Amino acid sequence: MTGNAILQDALLLGVLVLLVRPLGGYMARVYQGERVLPDRVLGPVERLCYRTLGIGPGDEMDWKGYAAATLAFAGLGMALLFAILVLQGVLPWNPEGRPGMSWHLALNTAVSFVTNTNWQAYGGETTLSPLSQSVGLTVQNFVSAATGMAVLAALVRGFARRSTRMLGSFWVDLVRGTLYVLLPLSLVVATVLVSQGVVQSPETSVMVTRLQPFPGVDGTRSATQDLSMGPVASQVAIKQLGTNGGGYFNANSAHPFENPTPLSSFVEMLAILLIAAALTHTFGRMVGDVRQGRALLAAMLVVFVPLVAGLHAAEQAGNPAFDAMGIDQAEGDLSAGGYLEGKEVRFGVAGSAMWAAATTAASNGSVNAMHDSLTPLGGLVPMVLIQLGEVVFGGVGSGLYGMLAFAIIAVFVAGLMVGRTPEYLGKKIEAFDMKMASLVVLVPCALVLVGTALGVSTAAGRAGILNPGPHGFSEVLYAFSSAAGNNGSAFAGLDAATPFYDVALAIAMFAGRYGVIVPVLALAGSLAAKKRIPAGAGTLPTHTPTFVGLLVAVILLVGALTFLPALALGPIVEHLQMHAAG
Amino acid sequence: MKMLARTAILLALMTVLTGIAYPLAVTGIAGLAFPGRAGGSLVERDGQVVGSALVGQCFEDPAFFRGRPSATGPFPCNATASGGSNLGPANPALLEAVRSRVDALRAQDPGHPDPVPVDLVTASASGLDPDISPAAALWQVRRVARERGLDEPVVRALVEALVQPRQLGFLGEPRVNVLDLNLALEALPR
Repeated sequence: MTGNAILQDALLLGVLVLLVRPLGGYMARVYQGERVLPDRVLGPVERLCYRTLGIGPGDEMDWKGYAAATLAFAGLGMALLFAILVLQGVLPWNPEGRPGMSWHLALNTAVSFVTNTNWQAYGGETTLSPLSQSVGLTVQNFVSAATGMAVLAALVRGFARRSTRMLGSFWVDLVRGTLYVLLPLSLVVATVLVSQGVVQSPETSVMVTRLQPFPGVDGTRSATQDLSMGPVASQVAIKQLGTNGGGYFNANSAHPFENPTPLSSFVEMLAILLIAAALTHTFGRMVGDVRQGRALLAAMLVVFVPLVAGLHAAEQAGNPAFDAMGIDQAEGDLSAGGYLEGKEVRFGVAGSAMWAAATTAASNGSVNAMHDSLTPLGGLVPMVLIQLGEVVFGGVGSGLYGMLAFAIIAVFVAGLMVGRTPEYLGKKIEAFDMKMASLVVLVPCALVLVGTALGVSTAAGRAGILNPGPHGFSEVLYAFSSAAGNNGSAFAGLDAATPFYDVALAIAMFAGRYGVIVPVLALAGSLAAKKRIPAGAGTLPTHTPTFVGLLVAVILLVGALTFLPALALGPIVEHLQMHAAG
Repeated sequence: MKMLARTAILLALMTVLTGIAYPLAVTGIAGLAFPGRAGGSLVERDGQVVGSALVGQCFEDPAFFRGRPSATGPFPCNATASGGSNLGPANPALLEAVRSRVDALRAQDPGHPDPVPVDLVTASASGLDPDISPAAALWQVRRVARERGLDEPVVRALVEALVQPRQLGFLGEPRVNVLDLNLALEALPR
């Protein structure tokens, strides 16, 4: 890596770490029901929401009530979004006259946005009306993110409280998370993005006269260029902050109208990681020991930083087949060089590599470079980051509740070594808790492996593959990893707009989300009911570098044992073949 | 029943708040604070809009600077269907496409002594990349100057004047906006 690439990456992570404490502390106040600054403006809206809902700000639910509310809210959200997408053709604000989606594409898209995945089997600018984008997708971008944060808040209360069945109210958590965290941050980020050139226009299309005519449809020379537009900045801001990732345009954040400058890219990457990272501090605050949150953040960074460096190195090394063709891939003053297929010049290898790692570490899934065109080892990194369980930052809320499940497994492993009953944050970890934590870790793994096996062993699955050889296998493996991990990025050459992939991936997304949320809430209920035992001489401290090391080892071990054989069949063998041929 | 009713109410409230009020608020702020940028950073020449500064146009005339190859369908630089090739690095289709781009560039400028910069022969992620590296612009100076009957140093100076350094000095990579460059080129006396 060059000095400048290191500087860019270090600055991004530096700004991120600096923001963890203020934002994390702020979010702790939000979820503890304390007054926060935007209350002056949004307080009346909050109280109006409670009045309409017929609830009070101090209402409480047990874990089953919380889970039921979460599932009901998701179910209705899916039904509404499905209806909007299927009926798009007859709904208003559809100036281009886009027809409704097929049932399977609408099902896939509805599940995708409600589960905070934002897998997109459609091209935004060619498929959706502005109404579907705003009233359909943007709404779920907010509330699916707020749902993840709410479930995390319930789990953290499970650790923080003692001898109670109550975990807080899903309604209150959802309203407060949306109003006080997601909306204000989105307004700020959207405004910054517009200042860089991200469009936010009531127009959906602007026709311009090209400087030079160029072959258009059917090879006839066209003197004009039709520019797709729309309310883009508002959607991009929340798609990053809420780790949703669904682009307004097909090319997502590689599109110049979604991500026009290196600074907009920096802000968007920061937004991708921001809330997930800051929630570690929220957790520390709420359990009364900020060192605990710091340890989890440290574990995330320990996994993340070497993977960024690896991804960068793989892309900078270029394509060995290009050397014989008289192509200059070297890094110099006049060109950053590297492997630029599927990348944008303004971001270069450095800005594309950091983004690819950030968007898959956090379960965001927006892209500023095409992952299908990454080099084999470069493409391995995003896949691994998803397969580690989306716990390195992870989705907003979902990343940290996944990480807490790994922390429980780590103290259990340590307990086995020394022969003591494991405990975490003063809560004794018993058989039921271990079962739930194991489910949280294993459900996505099983979905990825079973789904991939199904994809490559059926004709319907193989029909969607674009690239031949091991790369084609990687496309399928990536698709199911992305769906089960609720990431949403893709090796996009895979033609996933087929009934098989629409339905199979919808199942993976649904089970990858709620097959995890229900055990998390059950775990929260079990933890809340326990007494808090004071730390003794035999208690494993969970804020130390030793514990960080143990936690990282557990995460890497589970990931490696589960996925190494599959990765060997895809990117690893592709890498070996490419260099043997070159 | 009560839970279902609450679910519906909450979804309705959130739809109004985040699906309608929020995008309208951003549109309002954007229109007031940055009207040109919110509207697509359109570029005018002699009162006519000739494109967006942010969206790449394809140039194939050898007398113009070329931008990044575009893999949008059904035709290149289609700003209503953005996207990349999604071809893997070892895919024969990719290697074939790259080789034919190298050949096309070399056919328009036989005997060029330098290897072709990688961004001139690889498709961008969006298919609408507005920029090329300074190296890619300088590589084309020889051809463009000859086609227009201009002195190479004049064209080279034009490129060098239009190189955008890293944003704030360290973000992104140095680049040249191809539409800007070709507009400036057209303004030169032939």
